[in-house]
Amino acid sequence: MTVPGAWYLGLSVVLFAIGALGVLVRRNVLVMFMCVELMLNAANLAFVTFSRMLDDIGGQALVFFVLVVAAAEVVVGLGIVVAIFRRRQDATADDFHVLKG
Amino acid sequence: MSAHILAAVSTVDALTFAVSALIVLAGAVGVVVSRHPVHAALMLVMTLFGVAVLFVEQRAEFLAAVQVIVYAGAIVVLFLFVIMFLGVDRRESVAAEPLRGQRPLALVLVVLGFAGLVVLGAEAHWSVGAHSVAGVARGQAGGNVAALGRAVFTTYLFPFEVTAALLVIAVVGAVVLARRPPRIAPPTEEVPFEGADVARPASGEPGGSERRADGEPGGGRADGEPAEPVRVGSPSDPRPGGETSVEVSR
Repeated sequence: MTVPGAWYLGLSVVLFAIGALGVLVRRNVLVMFMCVELMLNAANLAFVTFSRMLDDIGGQALVFFVLVVAAAEVVVGLGIVVAIFRRRQDATADDFHVLKG
Repeated sequence: MSAHILAAVSTVDALTFAVSALIVLAGAVGVVVSRHPVHAALMLVMTLFGVAVLFVEQRAEFLAAVQVIVYAGAIVVLFLFVIMFLGVDRRESVAAEPLRGQRPLALVLVVLGFAGLVVLGAEAHWSVGAHSVAGVARGQAGGNVAALGRAVFTTYLFPFEVTAALLVIAVVGAVVLARRPPRIAPPTEEVPFEGADVARPASGEPGGSERRADGEPGGGRADGEPAEPVRVGSPSDPRPGGETSVEVSR
């Protein structure tokens, strides 16, 4: 018998909490992006676990879409970081108040 | 009860889960606590590999491969590329806390959210055994890849097409963001003109006039030549120079 799905869900919750903590605590925007990736991975793990528990391929299809959205998000986010860095010469979240209108 | 579960779970599965869960959590903690962004990115790779192992463990082989190829191969490389582009030795002082009370508050919020998720997971009535919408995951002809492909290209065809549009939009957005804005070009053409006043007596103007005085047949070319490097070189030269000088000074 394989490992019960609850274990995977527990791991997913812990991973999500660590990622959320990183987003809230860190100031480097790149590291914050990485923590967002951690949270997305936690969600992916939960999706795959539910897919196995319910024997439904839909969960894995959703993970597929999450991957694509994550890639798009990272591309645009890093583009914004580079664009701001070009003006501010720094990449901590404190410098992003220049985005105010 | 836990002993009962432990007895039912096969040793190999439990060991695989334990080891990869340890890798995942260690990598996640490493991402959060490491001061150096490059270390954080490598820790992220570790976590992604652990999650890929967990995917394999749950019979999602295609997603495990995609996880390694797309996440560890493309997204993390993109991260590293931007880190290198922005300067590697840009360490964040973890001790500094510009916002007072942010960290305790963040910790409290995360613990609250964590507790909420755990309580929700423990209390919720899972709808196990519900009728499958997108198709059965196990025992399909062609295995996991065929099952996933069938779901993506039939049930989820429209979201799949929207995904393509999303990727195109992201690419266009990245190009627009990363391009040097064209409206900056006129002011920089003026700024180098002041710099060109310094450069022109040295190389541009006298060189051109001397060549013209020599009476070379390419007088027109000699006229154009000094003007061309100054005009082309000035918009591109000062800004990279300025960026590197600032980076060095930091």
